[in-house]
Amino acid sequence: MKEQVNLKIDNLSVSVDEGTTILEAAKKINIRIPTLCHHEDLCVAGNCRVCVVEQAGLDRLQPACANPVSEGMEIFTNSLKVRNSRKQIIELLIAEHRAECTTCYKNGKCELQSLTNEYIVGENGFIPLVPLKGYTVDEFSPSIIKDDSKCIRCQRCVRTCDQIQSISALTVAHKGGEMKVSTFFEKPIYEVVCTNCGQCVNRCPTGALTEKVYINEVWDALYNPEKFVVVQTAPAVRIALGEALDMKPGEIVTGKMVAALRRIGFNAVLDTDFSADLTIIEEGNELLHRLKRALKDKDPDVKIPMTTSCSPGWIKFIEHTFPDMLENLSTAKSPQQMFGALAKTFYAQKMGVDPANMVSVSVMPCTAKKFEANRPEMRASGYQDVDYVVTTRELALMVKQAGIDFGSLPDDDYDSIMGESSGAAVIFGATGGVMEAALRTVYEVVTGREVPFDGLNITPVRGMENVREASIKIEDPVPEWDFLDGVEVKTCVAHGLSNAKKVMEAVKSGKADYHFIEIMACPGGCLGGGGQPLPTSPEIRKKRSEAIYREDSGKKIRKSHENPEIVQIYEEFLHEPLGHKSHELLHTNYVARQRY
Amino acid sequence: MLQTNETIKKLADKFGRKEESLLPILENVYEQKHIISEDDMVDIARELDISAAKVYGTATFYSFLETKKCGKYVIRICKTITCMMHGKNQIIKELEELLKVNLGETTPDGLFTLKETNCLGQCHKGPAMLINDAPFTELTPGKVRDIVNKYRQEEKQVAS
Amino acid sequence: MNKSLKRLDLIFKNEHDADVILEKSLKRSNEELIEDLISSGLKGRGGAGFPTGLKWKLSAEATGKEKYVICNADEGEPGTFKDREILSSVPHKVMAGMAICARIIGSQKGYIYLRGEYKFLVPQLNKTIDEFHELLDKLNLDFRIEIFLGCGAYICGEETSLFESMEGHRGEPRNKPPFPTDAGYKGGPTVINNVETLAHTYSIFKYGPEKFKDLGVKDSRGSKVFSVSGDTPTPGIYELEFGMTLQKFVDDFGDGDAKAVQVGGAAGFCVPRKKFDKTVIGYKGKLTGVSLPTGGSMMIFNSSRSMYNVLHNYLDFFVEESCGQCTPCRVGTQQLLLGIEAVKRGDKSSLYLEQLLSLAETMRITAKCGLGQSVANSFSSIVENFREEMIY
Repeated sequence: MKEQVNLKIDNLSVSVDEGTTILEAAKKINIRIPTLCHHEDLCVAGNCRVCVVEQAGLDRLQPACANPVSEGMEIFTNSLKVRNSRKQIIELLIAEHRAECTTCYKNGKCELQSLTNEYIVGENGFIPLVPLKGYTVDEFSPSIIKDDSKCIRCQRCVRTCDQIQSISALTVAHKGGEMKVSTFFEKPIYEVVCTNCGQCVNRCPTGALTEKVYINEVWDALYNPEKFVVVQTAPAVRIALGEALDMKPGEIVTGKMVAALRRIGFNAVLDTDFSADLTIIEEGNELLHRLKRALKDKDPDVKIPMTTSCSPGWIKFIEHTFPDMLENLSTAKSPQQMFGALAKTFYAQKMGVDPANMVSVSVMPCTAKKFEANRPEMRASGYQDVDYVVTTRELALMVKQAGIDFGSLPDDDYDSIMGESSGAAVIFGATGGVMEAALRTVYEVVTGREVPFDGLNITPVRGMENVREASIKIEDPVPEWDFLDGVEVKTCVAHGLSNAKKVMEAVKSGKADYHFIEIMACPGGCLGGGGQPLPTSPEIRKKRSEAIYREDSGKKIRKSHENPEIVQIYEEFLHEPLGHKSHELLHTNYVARQRY
Repeated sequence: MLQTNETIKKLADKFGRKEESLLPILENVYEQKHIISEDDMVDIARELDISAAKVYGTATFYSFLETKKCGKYVIRICKTITCMMHGKNQIIKELEELLKVNLGETTPDGLFTLKETNCLGQCHKGPAMLINDAPFTELTPGKVRDIVNKYRQEEKQVAS
Repeated sequence: MNKSLKRLDLIFKNEHDADVILEKSLKRSNEELIEDLISSGLKGRGGAGFPTGLKWKLSAEATGKEKYVICNADEGEPGTFKDREILSSVPHKVMAGMAICARIIGSQKGYIYLRGEYKFLVPQLNKTIDEFHELLDKLNLDFRIEIFLGCGAYICGEETSLFESMEGHRGEPRNKPPFPTDAGYKGGPTVINNVETLAHTYSIFKYGPEKFKDLGVKDSRGSKVFSVSGDTPTPGIYELEFGMTLQKFVDDFGDGDAKAVQVGGAAGFCVPRKKFDKTVIGYKGKLTGVSLPTGGSMMIFNSSRSMYNVLHNYLDFFVEESCGQCTPCRVGTQQLLLGIEAVKRGDKSSLYLEQLLSLAETMRITAKCGLGQSVANSFSSIVENFREEMIY
């Protein structure tokens, strides 16, 4: 139990734990102090000074986000001094910011804009600095656009890249009036160690960092009568899309989303969840195959632990950071890319569509998926397997553009084939989900029995702990896997790349002896992805996570290998996991990149 | 993988491979090479195992850590108040004519770079300048000519 | 002109008795030494004026594995050059102060953070440090001093940015609390003192607190080294007693035509002629312009000087030397500079000066560190006292 501290904020008494900031104490009694550089996921910066408050007895104002409470403190959050200063600070930020709000992608979702609105920042502000600075816009990356003229130097992005992702592709450079957020030697984002995860985009309060938008390209395809446009939707989109369409966090909108996509005009509305199930079959078999080589054949060349490969931010991170460990990565493509490769082969054949006329669109909670779709490795079908990737946010805009009243839509079902999925696929959207889905299948393949967890819910791998470990003992396996008898399969789950880095360093140094590791680049997994609705916070991510597990438990089929469409595709097309066709379409290789 | 260059490796050996060593290493790289290049920053990042962007961000914060190639001798003329009052502009004009470069430029022979700087802490003896580390004070156009000539002559002697 | 101000010679007196003073002091208890410092009334000579004895006491009481003693020789305030002279002529006094402080707080490691502009002092200083280390070995004091060289950033004189800089980062000030006495360099309790402050501790330990206390006035005890520059026939470094009026100072050092004195550098206050006799040099609780603190910078301007040019020079300096981290300082300094230019050109009306004054006040009360907070000092005092010069 921490010491309690008593103070008054705007003449209201409040008692909080020692060490609480003024900002948190005010929140407790429902007093909102505006902030810009502050973000719940990040360390305190105290840069923007928008949150300054008056403390009785002190001449200078104090930053509410940075200063801890003290006994008997009297705080005023809305005094004349505070109001005047705060307004002037907002005016200073506007002078530094290219405030062309009507043409900005973040129009209506910009935190600076809403502050100017609250404080009625008029025209008699300060001298605009933007015309004096010669700013450039970095539009070269397929994932992220960086527009320095809209940057307000809050450094949320820099802290995100450093603290959450341990990448530091973004830094602060220069000083004084020249100070700016920059990459190494001001290079374009696509040339540096950026993983395209988009966590910076999720935390940018203005339009300085945004995803590259492909909405118009998608509409063009939809308007083109020659084109057959298929769309796939990632697991984590259905539990977050509602937030961008006036619904509360944690609402499951799968049916409405499918209905909306159909209304928008996609020729086929299909599900990445289908290929998530497929990923489990391929990746699960790959794991067993590696374990067999390692434990039974004593093959010194096989790399254990195997790590998952679904998260393109993670892939680019390991390519940069641990280029000597690429063989630990599963060769299985991500569900998006498995889907893409099959859409223009298997699906096109089935539907009698010329793949040359097919446009493959995916809706992803992710900005790195845009980069992934553009990787040269991802053309197994003979075409670019996935043509356009739009984020959850972009899809919400398309729904609005189409004039659809999302809330009133009736639920609809995915098209078949490649539309059916299991609960195991849905949980891909949460950290630990791939691990849980894999264990549900692998354990059953090896033992012939269901995983020994109540209701198939493998709770040790769930939750938001940074790194979670779980082991499962194999007993009484079927004859083919008898070498696993008594083996304790050790698994590890990590989300956020700084956690991933810690885990991989432990593996590298021999301190960890896992067999299988799941890594997701973003905090919370895909549900906290860089393409998800804004804002993001631990609380919102928790609600999304709960929705994902609700969706799973509501599914008739809970295990990937029981998805009838999966059974069907192996019978008709792929023939066997890790077989010839699989290798051709569903597996890939990785490239070592520069670390610094 | 590229081999880390010897200069950086030696400096890392000398100062240690901790983040605290970054400024001394950068300072020494600049002193030896008259530039902290992109490649050197990558090598420093590798030695200290920190992000190259952080190295860049730190280097650009400090005005003596130049990321563009400078001459063998960097002349920094103090532009702050008392040196301004005592005629630093005249000194700059003299140097520009003498070296045939403008402020911010380097002579074609790579010998001198001409720059302005903030307060050198020689306010009672302004105008003042630094040539690399050496301070020169109570400058007059004549004095500046002598100083530059001395540097030039020394260079000639070294060359011959 | 009659030189009325008494010249003192505590700091620069050439006394080669560091060994004696150290030996004598190290025999005394920590409590006695701190008590001497507290009763002497010594306050930080960097300009902020925090009581030195209290600073040492807080660090001594703080718990932490590694503690540090840092001598702040990042003397960057325009018009200040005394620390360079102290380090050139009496470095052993500074080091003796550091060593005694180290014994008191329990530190084994000291640094002199020397600004890059003073790199030419390094060879001589290192020689002195080596000699000093030999002395420490003789006295059995486990303490080592090292020079850390700055690389050209005014803001690093701010103590927390100095720590950041030493840790290999951009010199951006930290949020306070925590204060350096609890968590400074590398998170360890740290005493960071200005060069002159440390030299004064030497005198106090040598001559006792009474002698120091006898000098100066109520809140401002002891002598102070002043850096005198600008329009003066006698620029240079002078050790004087605290408590003089600016009039006396100008009578002594001016060229007979002084129209203003900038007390405390670009971050300090500009006092016009009509306020010379009402302004006292010394620390005070509130910076009202009646009693002015200074790190020692005294710049005299005569009637030939344009105060617009003076202010423009300061603002240009601040725009470049702000770390850029916090909004009021980063954008505010640019706005003040562009603003006075616009008024001068006639692009903005003279009323815009009111908006700029209000901005300066906002910067004073909202900026993260002393740099941004003190821009208003020179800005407001110049604009308010020389308004016509800003417009015409």
